[in-house]
Amino acid sequence: MSVLVFVESKDGKFSKAAFEAVSYGNKIGTTTVITFGDASDDVLAGLGNYGASKVLVNKSVDGKNEQQLTRLIHAAAEATGAETVVMIQDQLGKAIAPRVAARMNAGHISGAVALPDTSNGFVVKTYVYSGKAFANVKVNTPKRVISLVSNALAPVATGGSASVEVFNADLGDAKIKVKEMKSQGAGVPLPEAELVVSAGRGLKGPENWGIVEDLAKALGATTACSRPVADIGWRPHHEHVGQTGVAIRPNLYIAAGISGAIQHLAGVNSSKTIVVINTDSEAPFFKAANYGVVGDAFDVLPRLTEAINKFKAAQ
Amino acid sequence: MKLLVCISKAPDTTSKIAFTDGNTKFDENGVQYIVNPYDEWYALVRALELVEANGGSVTTITVGTAADEPTIRKALAIGANDAVRIDAPATDPYFVAKQIAEYAKDKGFDVILTGKETIDFNGAQVSGMIAEILDLPFVSLAQKMEVAGNTATIERDVPGGSEIIEVATPFVLSAAKGMAEQRIPNMRGIMAARTKPLTVVPAVSVENATTVVSYELPPAKSECKYFTADQMDELVAALHNEAKAI
Repeated sequence: MSVLVFVESKDGKFSKAAFEAVSYGNKIGTTTVITFGDASDDVLAGLGNYGASKVLVNKSVDGKNEQQLTRLIHAAAEATGAETVVMIQDQLGKAIAPRVAARMNAGHISGAVALPDTSNGFVVKTYVYSGKAFANVKVNTPKRVISLVSNALAPVATGGSASVEVFNADLGDAKIKVKEMKSQGAGVPLPEAELVVSAGRGLKGPENWGIVEDLAKALGATTACSRPVADIGWRPHHEHVGQTGVAIRPNLYIAAGISGAIQHLAGVNSSKTIVVINTDSEAPFFKAANYGVVGDAFDVLPRLTEAINKFKAAQ
Repeated sequence: MKLLVCISKAPDTTSKIAFTDGNTKFDENGVQYIVNPYDEWYALVRALELVEANGGSVTTITVGTAADEPTIRKALAIGANDAVRIDAPATDPYFVAKQIAEYAKDKGFDVILTGKETIDFNGAQVSGMIAEILDLPFVSLAQKMEVAGNTATIERDVPGGSEIIEVATPFVLSAAKGMAEQRIPNMRGIMAARTKPLTVVPAVSVENATTVVSYELPPAKSECKYFTADQMDELVAALHNEAKAI
C-alpha cells in the first residue's frame, strides 16, 4: 500500500510529531513524505530514519496558504499513487486535512489514536466527546486521509535514509494574505508538549507564577493554565487548556490549584498521567488524577521542584 | 452583507457519555441537546454583530431531522433572520459538508461561518470540506473578525504566536473563543423565533465517506494514589518507575 505523509518543518527542523506521523505511515505501507520550506537536504533525508523511502519537497509554496498546500498534497498523492494520506492533527492539519479529503473524494479520519485495523475494511480508532470516549470509524472510500493526534504512537527509528526530490505542481492563486505575525517566544507549543505544568486560581495572583515556572523548568515542561486565570489576565490566553482553549495530550500533566471543572477536564483528560495538587481534598480533579497531593501549592510545588532536581542530578 | 451560519446540535457538556446497542449508538437517555457552543457563542453571535453594524441578513443552516428543530429555533431566538434545515440525519462530515455546499453554492453568501468543532465529535472537518467543495479560502480558528467592504481582517492564535490575516469575501471561517460573547435570548426573541421562516430542504444524494462502527469508553482510571507534601521523592519515583512519565 502506498502512503503519503505531509509534515511541516519549523526553523529547518522537524518536530517529534512529524517523526510520529512518518513512523505511522511506515507501519501502513511504503511511505513518501511531502513537505515544503527550507529544511536542508540532510534534514529531509533524515526522515528516512523514521521509515520514509522518499521525501518530496516544494520550495515555492507559501506555507500560510492552505488552499495551495491542499493542492500540493493532492498533486503529490496523485503523483505517487498514494491511497492513504497521513497528516498531523495540529492547527495546520485541522485546516487542510478536510480540504485534502474533499479534494481526493476520500473519507477523513480526524483525531486518530491508533493504527488502522484492516481485518474488516479500514477502521481507525479516534477520540470523540472531548476525550471521554473513542469511536472506531470505518472509511468507505477507496482513498482516505488520516489526521493523527500527537503523543499517541511513539516514533520508531529504523536507521534508514530517504532520497530527496524537489516536487512542483500547479498550486493556483494565493487568496489569503498574512499581514502581521506576533511571536510568543520559543518553547514547545502546548499541543505537542510531552510534559505540562499547569496552575489555576489557587495560585492567588500572577506574581506567584514563579513556583510554577520553576517546576516547569526543572522538568523541561511547557506551562499552561485554567480558563479563569486566562480570562482575568493573569496568564496569556494561549496557555489556556480546556474545552474552549487548547486540548492537550501530554505524557504528564501536573495541575496545581485547579479544581477540575468538567470543561477543564475535557481539554486534559487524554493526558497519560495526571498529578493533581489541591488544598481541597474534595476537588473533582482528584477523580481524574493518577497521583494526588492534598496540600497548598505554595508549599508543595517548591518541594516537588526540589525532588525533581535531585532526581535529575542522580540520573 | 449576507451571512450563513452552520448550526449543529450537541449534547450538553455535562452529559454522561454512554453507548447502547452493543456500543454502536450514543445513549441519548437523559441527554439534553444544546446548540453546539462554538456555533452559537462565537459564529452566530459574531455574524449577528456584523449584520447589526453593516446591515444584511443572517441565515442558519443545519443538516438534521425534525428532532433538531428546538436548537434551530434557539438560534432564531438569539437573532438569526431565517433558518434552513437540510432534511437528513448528520451521519458523516463529508455528507454534511456536501449538503451545505450544495445549498450555498448559488446563494451569494459573503461568509459561511461555523464553530471551530462540535463538542461531540471534535472533528473540525465540515468547514474545511465546504471550503474545498466551493473552492473558497478557509480561515480556521478565528478569534476576531472585522469586515470592511469585501475585505475581512481576521486575528487568530497560531502555534508560537498570533497572526492577522486579510481575505476577500466570499470565504469560509471557523470561529473559536474570543470572537464574541454569548447572548441569552430574551422573551421577545423567543416569541419572534416561533414565526421566523424555517425552510426544510430535501437532501441531495451523497454516499457517506465514513461510518462509525462502534464506540468505546476509555479504560477506567485506577484509583488516585495520594502523597503528602513530605513525600515528593516518593512521588517523583512513582512518576519515573510506575507511570514512566519522566
